[in-house]
Amino acid sequence: MNFRPEELLADQIAQLIGDVRHVAVGNASPIPATAALLARERGNGRPYVSLLGSPKNTFWTDGARELFDCAGQGRIDVFFLSGGQIDGHGNINLVEIGDHAHPKVRFPGSFGSAYLYYVVPKVILFRTEHSRRTLVRQVDYISAPGANEPNVFRTGGPVALITNRCLFSFADGRFTLQSVHPGHTVEEVIEHTGFDFDRPDHVPETPPPSAETLKLMRETVAPQLAELYPQFAAQVFGVGIPAA
Amino acid sequence: MSQIAATLDEALGAITDGCMLVVPREVSGVPMDATRALIRRGIKRLHLVALPTSSLQADLLIGAGCVETLETSAVSLGEYGPAPRFTAAILAGSIKMKDATCPALHAALQATEKGVPFMPLRGLIGSDVLKYRDDWKVIDSPFGNDDRIVLLPAIKPDVALFHAAMADVYGNVWIGRQRELATMAHAAAKTIVTVDRIHPGNLLETPVLAAGTLPGFYVDAIALTERGAWPLPLPDYYTADAAHLAEYARMAATEEGFAEYLDKYVYEKQMV
Repeated sequence: MNFRPEELLADQIAQLIGDVRHVAVGNASPIPATAALLARERGNGRPYVSLLGSPKNTFWTDGARELFDCAGQGRIDVFFLSGGQIDGHGNINLVEIGDHAHPKVRFPGSFGSAYLYYVVPKVILFRTEHSRRTLVRQVDYISAPGANEPNVFRTGGPVALITNRCLFSFADGRFTLQSVHPGHTVEEVIEHTGFDFDRPDHVPETPPPSAETLKLMRETVAPQLAELYPQFAAQVFGVGIPAA
Repeated sequence: MSQIAATLDEALGAITDGCMLVVPREVSGVPMDATRALIRRGIKRLHLVALPTSSLQADLLIGAGCVETLETSAVSLGEYGPAPRFTAAILAGSIKMKDATCPALHAALQATEKGVPFMPLRGLIGSDVLKYRDDWKVIDSPFGNDDRIVLLPAIKPDVALFHAAMADVYGNVWIGRQRELATMAHAAAKTIVTVDRIHPGNLLETPVLAAGTLPGFYVDAIALTERGAWPLPLPDYYTADAAHLAEYARMAATEEGFAEYLDKYVYEKQMV
């Protein structure tokens, strides 16, 4: 393999983004940020990309609430969420493991998930640790549910889950295995996934990023990432922070 | 009369034990010099509202025992990992946590800004964020047809505290595009601002600067603290001190290491 796992994931996410007008990326999401910037490079400046926390890569002039106001009106097409736990119903847990009164593990918190999951049409879930610890039958705490009863206003939700081992699609309340990354197997995915999922008889291998994509990511996208994700840009792409 | 105080401690006078204090997210102008001064003063029982998230500031205040209640959507050190003192306090049950979601905090402050008792918000229904907030309500929209929606009571902070690039002698503060700082100030009973420098002249005189200015009408006290957001960034001016944040993450991982951090960087004791 002449590419890094992060590059494969970013390439796949860029394809999931598709042809849209506005992609927003939240906190602690370096791989989705790479994918969004890659999509923007390929589209000659479209889609609009908003990287939360980056003055250079946001157009907001109405403060931190503008992201959420945009989303509420349907002006954000794609967003990304992760979870300390993700379950087979698409529920995500960004808060705690164990009993609510006495949790055993505490995560940072729900961020904007309890709102954005409902109102962004394409939410792409990502979790680079694919294990029975992270992909569970039922989450301990629902930061945001994968689905709601019909009388709850909901224009958005999960469409896919990408991990270090594979890509799932999500529809009608269930995950379906779409492809397995090079070097991994279907058996391994079954072994390390805590929830039931559907799969076709033949599961294809996730295609590797092209030479052209790798060049774009390494030479054009990586320097743009260093502003917001200096450690990630340095570790994955060997890019330093430009001198001030 | 000028809002510009002679010292930082004097400017922070309105922040008293037990008050509700609203502060901005980690990248919007966090008043870190002021935070260290509050810890040195031994502030207690704060109801800290972080709009809508926090990093080093909340972790320091929690670790130093200044916080009774925390209302926010997330606390972490971002690329530098989990916020260790926040995590330890939650697991020990030593602070009361009011978990929220980002737009809920923005909306609840906007309610106060408008002088109305609550604000509706989409999302939330079916989440445990809502389940554990007995102060939030779900109603059928009076304008809809079987359309359930969440109502959030207005958040009314005693004090808003933030750091900005500059202020003038009239108490006007230039906040640029960090408009949530204006919402905080509009919603809080009192607003205290620390700034990197004093702007000569009046910020409201030219339209280019006026558009990014919080009028002195809303500002009660200002203190000059050069690079007062360090080691956090001041947007459009300086970036975070990555090496320092990595050092904090390392030291604050244990209670002993955190105590050493406080001695070195907050109490500024001479190391023997």
